[in-house]
Order: sequence, then structure tokens, then C-alpha cells
Amino acid sequence: MSIHTRHLDKRFGAVPVLEDINLDIASGELVALLGPSGCGKTTLLRIIAGLETADRGELYLAGVDASDTPARERQVGFVFQHYALFRHMSVAENVAFGLRVRPRARRLDERTIRTRVAELLERVQLQGLEDRYPAQLSGGQRQRVALARALAIEPRVLLLDEPFGALDANVRKDLRRWIRSLHEAIDVTTVLVTHDQEEAVDIADRIVLMNAGRIEQTDTPEALRMQPATPFVAQFLGAPAQGASVAAC
Amino acid sequence: MPAHPRHRRVATTEPAWLRRLLIGLAIGFVGLVLVLPLVAVFTEALRKGIDAYWAALVEPEARAALWLTLGVALFCVPLNLIFGIAAAWAVTKHEFPGKAALITLIELPFSVSPVVAGLIYVLVFGAQGLLGPWLVARDVQIVFALPGIVLVTLFVTSPFIARELIPLMQAQGTEEEQAALTLGANGWQIFWRVTLPNIRWALLYGAILCNARAMGEFGAVSVVSGHIRGQTNTLPLHVELLYNEYQSAAAFAVASLLALLALFTLIVKHLAERLQVRPRAPATAPNIGGIAA
Repeated sequence: MSIHTRHLDKRFGAVPVLEDINLDIASGELVALLGPSGCGKTTLLRIIAGLETADRGELYLAGVDASDTPARERQVGFVFQHYALFRHMSVAENVAFGLRVRPRARRLDERTIRTRVAELLERVQLQGLEDRYPAQLSGGQRQRVALARALAIEPRVLLLDEPFGALDANVRKDLRRWIRSLHEAIDVTTVLVTHDQEEAVDIADRIVLMNAGRIEQTDTPEALRMQPATPFVAQFLGAPAQGASVAAC
Repeated sequence: MPAHPRHRRVATTEPAWLRRLLIGLAIGFVGLVLVLPLVAVFTEALRKGIDAYWAALVEPEARAALWLTLGVALFCVPLNLIFGIAAAWAVTKHEFPGKAALITLIELPFSVSPVVAGLIYVLVFGAQGLLGPWLVARDVQIVFALPGIVLVTLFVTSPFIARELIPLMQAQGTEEEQAALTLGANGWQIFWRVTLPNIRWALLYGAILCNARAMGEFGAVSVVSGHIRGQTNTLPLHVELLYNEYQSAAAFAVASLLALLALFTLIVKHLAERLQVRPRAPATAPNIGGIAA
């Protein structure tokens, strides 16, 4: 599903957090919103999910104006930075949640739900942990439960807020590859937020580089490095990025 | 890790004499101010024998007081349950102007003396009060009648559940609710499936405290009740009445009933806490331990 925004503005009180955001993401793309903390990237992600409302401007999902569509009807899978798993539910119940709260007419029977949950847990490689509670899982496992839970609603868009932020360095790298392959395996548009340029360069088709509530440049990782549009882009993707990407290649 | 040699002092504990002193002080204090009075209530109550004890409990006025007390609690606790959840929900899950003022207002009954609370209701609803003439003209009696008792009890007990819930719900934040929202749940489903299960034990705990206070409240109820025997006399008021009439054995018998209600409440609370621990027994160190695993 494609995502477009036109002239999005958002303020928190008197503080502008987003100014004139025009975003174009094609269906099936994996895009990273990259920028220093406080640049508005998470707010933009939350506006796409419907958890936050823009003061002005429009949001189009699959070409349809979705600015006023309630979050629960957007069919957007959201993975929170700290996972936000339901702490009183087992892993299986967490994953099944989106299926169980469907309106009666579209609700699946118990057996189908079980099968679906088993499939999803297999996809995120968590078979055998169905009955565990979130508090009994490691950070990486929680992350994957959160992903399976988001995938259960068959999202047209997958939104990941700092998906690697709370994990160890070695887990991050594995998970990065794994999310990339997951994105390719299922038909979905993925947008992830990160402040780590190495991460963004490694995983994304295109990078939306943001600073102080504005989009500085949107391009492929290579193009960003070769033809930075503003001094900020050049500086942000400067020396450390080159060293890191050489090592990664 | 190998066991410590017996003579070596473990680095994290105090010397033995200090431990014994502190434990002794604690036990002595508990015995003096908690256990001794409790024992005294029951020995005084039974001084004239079990028959007199029983007679004091089953005489019509005592029975009426018991039913009144239970009835008031049965009415006030569910109402405060709804009020407490609504208030805590509003304060912790939403941002709105006047929020700080609302929190202060919720806690107001804690900082006001119960007697003053009773007087306020007399001043508002009494015959000479603000709404007095209006109520008299319509033949509605609030003060010195059941509605007055219920109102002051509601006032005095209203903060219990909200106070129990607010810190917990603040700590839990709104992320789980937001996650439920993106997964397609409506407000009702979010409340029943996410919010309520997360606060159920605090809710039960608050309800138990609220109930204990509703049954035991003396000051505020005393001001508005009018002390009409068999009609507006609650158990605590009945105890005072008997005691003032030098029927001390009967007074203690009724008091022992209140003490038993309190003990029963404590047992329920204890069971609730044990149940709370059990479902997550394997996860002794949530979050921090989990990440390292």
C-alpha cells in the first residue's frame, strides 16, 4: 500500500514538530525515517498509524484520503519501541489479540485462530514459547512477539518505531537482516524510524532524512551520500557513515 | 557459589544483636498497639459469658445496625469502584486542562476531617441548610436519614480506589492501549481486555480498603445519622451508644463483630495478594532479568 502525505503540519503547544511534510512511499518499499532525536520522525510515524493527528495537511493511504480514518480501521501494523506487549497475556494470546477483537461478522473460529497464531510464531521463530509471558522473554524475543502480533492483522503497512533501539549490538545486526527478509517475504510496505544511519543504510531501499521537523532529502542510501542536497545531509552522513558502510560492504 | 563458612559475617546483614533488637522492637510495638487491643475486645466481649455475647449480637437494634452497615457498604463500594476507575482513567490516560486540580480534588476527602465532612452535608442538606427549605417542601429527608449516611460514606471513601489505581496506571502508561488500538480494538474492548486486567489486583485492593472504611466510618456518619436506634444507627455508632450506657460487655460484643469484619477483610486481601503473585511465579525478576536472558 502506498503512503503519501501533503503539507503535514504538527505542533505540540507552541513547538512545531513537523512542518510541510511531503512524503511519497510506493507500495512494497522499505523506507527508513532517519534523523537526530527530536526531529519529528516518530511523530510522523504515529500520524501515519493514526495515533497522532496532524494539525494541517492530508495523509493518503493507497491513494485514499485517510486523514480522518480512526487508527483501528487503518489496518496498520505498529511495533512500538518498547514493544508494548500485553503483560497479562501469554505470547499466543498477544499474537491472537488482533484476531479476537475483530467485529463479530469477520471473527474467525477458535481453531483457525490457533492455526494462524502457530503459523505466525513459526514465522518469527518462537515456536514453543506460546505459553510464556512477556516478562519471561528476552528483548529480541519480545521484539519478535510484537512483530508477530502486528502481522496477525495482515497489515498493509508495517510501521516500526526504533525497532533495534533497545537491543544488544550483535542481536541488532541479525534482526536487521531478518526484518529485511521478512519484508521481502510478505507483501507489505514497511516504514521504520531510526536515529542510526548505519542501520538505515543497511536495511532501507530509500531513506527519508529529517531534521528539525522538516524533510532534508529523500533518496537511496547511495544517492544521499553521493549527492547530499543540504549541508546537514552531508554532515549527518559524514565520515563515520563511510567507514561503517565500507566495513558493511 | 560455595556456602559461606559459618563464622563469617555476610557483608549485607547487620550484626546479630542489632537484628534482634530491631525485630524485638517491631514485635513489641505490634503486640502493644495491635494484638493487645484486639485480644482485649474479645475478652471484654466474652466477660459475661457466651450467652450474653450472643444476646448482644442478635438483639433487634444490633441486627438493624449490622444490616444498615452492610447495606451502606454494599451501596458505596460498587459506586466508588466505578468512580475510582473513571477518575483514574481520566487522570492517567488523557491530557486535559485542570488535570492537576482534579487530582487534588480526588484526594480532598483524605485531608478533610470526617467530622467536618459530616458537617458540610448538614450545612447543605439539613433543615436549616442551603437546600433545606427546598427539600423540606418536597418532603425529602437526607440528613438524619439513610441518604445522609450513604452520602457521607461515599464522600469519605471516594479516594480509596482512585488513589490505589492512579500511580499504577501512571507507571503502566498508555502504550498497551495504543497497541490494542492499532490492532483494531474499540474502546470497550481495550478497557475490558487490556486496561482492566492490568489493574485488577490494585482494584481489588482498593475495593477492600474502601469497604473496610465504609463499614468502620464513625465521625462523619455520627454527625449526619441522628442516632435513631434501629433505623440510622450503624455498627460503630451502636458500639458508642452501648458504651455510653455502661453496657460495656454488649458494646465490646458488637465491637468484636466489627473486628471480625476487619479480620475477614484482611484475610481476603492476603488471599488476593497471594493470587496476584502466583500467575507470574516463574518470572521473579521481570524486565531487567528478561533482557539479559
